Amino acid sequence: MSEYVDQIETGESVGLVEKRFFTFGGDEPLELESGRRLGPVTLAYETCGTLNADKTNAILVCHALTGDSHVAGVYSGNEPKPGWWNIMVGPGKPIDTDKYFVICSNVIGGCMGSTGPTSANPETGQPYGASFPVVTIGDMVRAQRHLVDSFGIDTLLAVVGGSVGGMQVLEWSVRYPHRVHAAIPLATTTKHSAQAIAFNEVARQAIMADPKWNRGDYYETGRPEHGLAVARMVGHITYLSDESMRHKFDRRLQDRVELSFDFEADFQVESYLRYQGNKFVDRFDANSFLYLTKAADYFNLENHYGDGSLVAAFSRASCRYLVVSFTSDWLYPTYQSKNMVKAMKKNGLDVSFCEIEAPWGHDAFLLPNKRLSDLLSGFLHKICLHCRIGAHDEI
Amino acid sequence: MRYDLQVIASWIEPGSRVLDLGCRTGSLLAHLAERKSIIGTGIEIDEDAAGRAIAKGLSVIHGDIYEEIEDYPDNAFDYVILSQALMQVLDPEILIREMLRVGKLGIVSFPNFTHYKNRFQMFFTGRAPMSKELPYEWYNTPNIRVIPIIDFRRFCKHLGVPIVKELALSTHHHDEQGKVINFLPNLFATFGVFMLGQAR
Repeated sequence: MSEYVDQIETGESVGLVEKRFFTFGGDEPLELESGRRLGPVTLAYETCGTLNADKTNAILVCHALTGDSHVAGVYSGNEPKPGWWNIMVGPGKPIDTDKYFVICSNVIGGCMGSTGPTSANPETGQPYGASFPVVTIGDMVRAQRHLVDSFGIDTLLAVVGGSVGGMQVLEWSVRYPHRVHAAIPLATTTKHSAQAIAFNEVARQAIMADPKWNRGDYYETGRPEHGLAVARMVGHITYLSDESMRHKFDRRLQDRVELSFDFEADFQVESYLRYQGNKFVDRFDANSFLYLTKAADYFNLENHYGDGSLVAAFSRASCRYLVVSFTSDWLYPTYQSKNMVKAMKKNGLDVSFCEIEAPWGHDAFLLPNKRLSDLLSGFLHKICLHCRIGAHDEI
Repeated sequence: MRYDLQVIASWIEPGSRVLDLGCRTGSLLAHLAERKSIIGTGIEIDEDAAGRAIAKGLSVIHGDIYEEIEDYPDNAFDYVILSQALMQVLDPEILIREMLRVGKLGIVSFPNFTHYKNRFQMFFTGRAPMSKELPYEWYNTPNIRVIPIIDFRRFCKHLGVPIVKELALSTHHHDEQGKVINFLPNLFATFGVFMLGQAR
């Protein structure tokens, strides 16, 4: 998900939030899909709203590739940047924290407080680096399940997320069908296309080609900043669209009136990508980027649960679905959402689907969008009635 | 709610499974869910209408009815409704067969083209008729076919599809009031509503 999202405040903010940590698997490590074991595992997470007495109003929000647990609110009164989905999560907002208890955790393999390649390997005391085991979307979801268990929550009212977060939503709904009332996968897919894998591979190669990457062992010697910045630039292009780039930059020049005839950033779009790449380096770890993109590439719901058949995979599911795609998303185009909807219908599942007209590319789910807000609030309200959740007044 | 939809609603058994093709913003589905506790799904091609229906908490698929109806298993629904959309359907034969594959019963409503006012207009002005029910010029109409009630009956016979029930109505298409026409419906009714059973 990109950084250019201008947070336009709608309604109230959840106010101050605090990053917390949950650790499990000290005695019994998490068995990963790769066969390797990981433990202890720490998840960084945040919550907003209040869990009701019968613990039935919890919504798990899953972040996208390079997101984090900071979904809404701010860490301190004088911090300007709110959480990544502050437009959607808060009092009176579509994911209404007056009614729902919202949990958002940083995935394993990440670098925002959860166990990942930057964490110290308990056996050596040194950062895992490239010795960190490869994790999958399924592993991330199994770790999240431990966190949900720790609250004593049996069934989540909903699991919501876009992009790689949407993959986690789909995984939750199929892996733990009886623990999810509703699933809202946004701008996502049940498996990466060759094109999506190709872009990720270019991004990984950019990192690994940086001499400072040093086979993942760079925490002492200096990080592969240039490789990571280029990786981010590649990713960033896939989050936008032809139309949004034309609208935002066209061929306008940056800080000059004529071409430089050297390799300076002549065009605004070049300058923008360089800026985004450099900004990303300040907050993200290159190894983490390798692990997370790999997890997204490995995700294949039909192979994992349906022996190659998506219909068979969704035969495990029982929740209500709201699937949303965006017209200009060329990373996870609408046909991929339609495929999952088709498989859900063939299983007699209760599904709603909307393709939202939006020119901003894959990132549209992060931007203010009245249609998306209305869909989410209406759908969640209905789920709430269906599950007879009284929310706050019953606490 | 439109009078033809009220008639359709009165034909639906409580607690049944209903698919509404071209459900617009879902007023019929919402009515049926509230009054008859049905389990309903709609299909709607217009993003705005589909979005508004989903925002009401209804289950609606935004898409083309031909493509979307294909995915449902046989007899997935008790009723499949096509209200005031048959005029715009490219291949009614395929669609009606699909409706009666995924549903045990189909319900179709359409404006009766051979209503006497249309006939008069054609006869006296020599021009393509425009009416409250068919309020378009030839160049801007979304309707690609005209349907007289008696021709629809013949069409059902041709398909081998039994007509379980039928009513001819006189109402404006947005009116909430109307009446049943028993005398010469093909001449005096503005709308026909048919319930179709599966071909034997």
